[in-house]
Amino acid sequence: MNSLISTALSGVVLMFVGLFVSNRQRIKYFAIALVLVAFVANLLELSTLQGGSQTLFGMLEVSKFGLLFNAVMLGATLLYFLLCGSEFEKVGEHVADYFALIFFILSGIMLASGFSSLLMLFLAIEIISIPQYILAGADKKNLKSNEASLKYFLMGSFSTGILLMGIALIYGASGTFNINELALGTGELHPLTIGGIMLLIFALAFKVSAVPFHFWTPDVYDGSPTVFTAFMATVVKAGGFIAFLRLFHVSFTGGAISQHWLLVLAIIAAATLVLGNLTAVFQQSVKRMLAYSSIAQAGFMLLAVIALNETATQGIILYAAAYSVATIGMFGVLMKVKDYTFEGFNGLARKQPLLALAATIFLFSLAGIPLTAGFFAKYFVLSAVVQQGNLLWLVILAVICAAISVYYYFRVIMAMYFKAGEPEVGVITPAFRTVLIIAIIIVIVLGVYPGVLLQWA
Amino acid sequence: MPVQYYIFLSIALFCIGIMGVLMRRNAIIIFMCIELMLNAVNLLLVAFSKMWADAGRIDAAAAQIFVFFIMVVAAAEVAVGLAIIVMVYRNTHSVDINILNRLKN
Repeated sequence: MNSLISTALSGVVLMFVGLFVSNRQRIKYFAIALVLVAFVANLLELSTLQGGSQTLFGMLEVSKFGLLFNAVMLGATLLYFLLCGSEFEKVGEHVADYFALIFFILSGIMLASGFSSLLMLFLAIEIISIPQYILAGADKKNLKSNEASLKYFLMGSFSTGILLMGIALIYGASGTFNINELALGTGELHPLTIGGIMLLIFALAFKVSAVPFHFWTPDVYDGSPTVFTAFMATVVKAGGFIAFLRLFHVSFTGGAISQHWLLVLAIIAAATLVLGNLTAVFQQSVKRMLAYSSIAQAGFMLLAVIALNETATQGIILYAAAYSVATIGMFGVLMKVKDYTFEGFNGLARKQPLLALAATIFLFSLAGIPLTAGFFAKYFVLSAVVQQGNLLWLVILAVICAAISVYYYFRVIMAMYFKAGEPEVGVITPAFRTVLIIAIIIVIVLGVYPGVLLQWA
Repeated sequence: MPVQYYIFLSIALFCIGIMGVLMRRNAIIIFMCIELMLNAVNLLLVAFSKMWADAGRIDAAAAQIFVFFIMVVAAAEVAVGLAIIVMVYRNTHSVDINILNRLKN
């Protein structure tokens, strides 16, 4: 609750700061301070929360799990500001507004991790989406950015319509918006309920870009300014998953009802894994490869939604942390390299050893190599599905896809270490180096001892 | 009037909206079709609200409050969406959604 209030207020404050402060460095430091405040406030609430959870007027539920997830998201945003904050001013003039929009997205994610009414789910999804349409089109003169923004807006509001229809049908069948009271699994199923759940699956799959609702993702991620793609592909995507997980784990579990959606979701997850990984193999640009890799990683996170057990909820927190830190770090490195093709990375290890080392470790983590955070994240998610028992074919498919993903991640590493070239690299400040080293340490610590994070849950 | 009539009307409006989004090429018309989808949902929610109120649920007005939230969010979306369409129009002098694909190549 603290973090929700502080992020929403920070957004409003930053919009006004843009009017009075013209020094962009100062705005950046101010934004970093504000996200730090939200992070600390959230940690304080996490450590003092009594009795598991606390409900606010039947609309929001403050739980340990939600607060821990918020902490991960705020931590990832802090890292993102530190690593990419100075790139904001290259996009356009309104730096304070970009920071403000990111704070609004964060407040949407805080809602998504704690909603207990479908009304709050709708508001959370919309608060996350609308600022993203603006961020995607921030580079106003660039046609690719325009296209990304228009496409994202039309597709996004279309899926909002579908989400609302799903909510309305479920309300018609059950007469309540409260996800704890819904308890649809107990009685016999109303046909409206099944229709509603299917529409909700489609709409949420749209938001987290799962196949076959992923077609907007590569264009939008490729067209948006790179610095905002880094945020959309990480924190925002994880925020979509927490809404997905919460809705399905709280209201659509138990006996009769999960039979109806488990198979549909399993097929969506399988298609996401296969298509995301196979298409990523054929990409020529690292930025586009990361867009497809984010689709592939979404497939793994969907496994956590399917598994419906305790290991899965731990897994999604670990996955969100591992994936966000590694991808933000990778985008941080990408933005320092002028040429986004694979050839642009040739010979980077000789010219900038630290940059190449950091990229290697982040890519290891994304591929799920042991001793990096990605390994335990994948391990938790997969073992959750194994415990669930009925979907072993999906686990086997996921492991094969993880093996495929090694190919395209290692192509970047091969280019950096084993090919000769003169890559053009931007200015690298000591502060950037320090943050990069911190990110490497986070990835390795989570990979050796994931309990650091999970002990809080 | 039985509530089924409202359900059929809403679903018909919703489907018209979906077909419009999938088939039209003009960004403004697609946008109008999305609004049609949202209003179909509004109508359905109000009908369900009345249905549950007649069935004796005391919190049935929640659905009507939901409708207000949908209207507010739709207005926010319109503000952002029209700004995006104007931005695209300034750069391309067209609101056809295929023109950007053509211009990129």
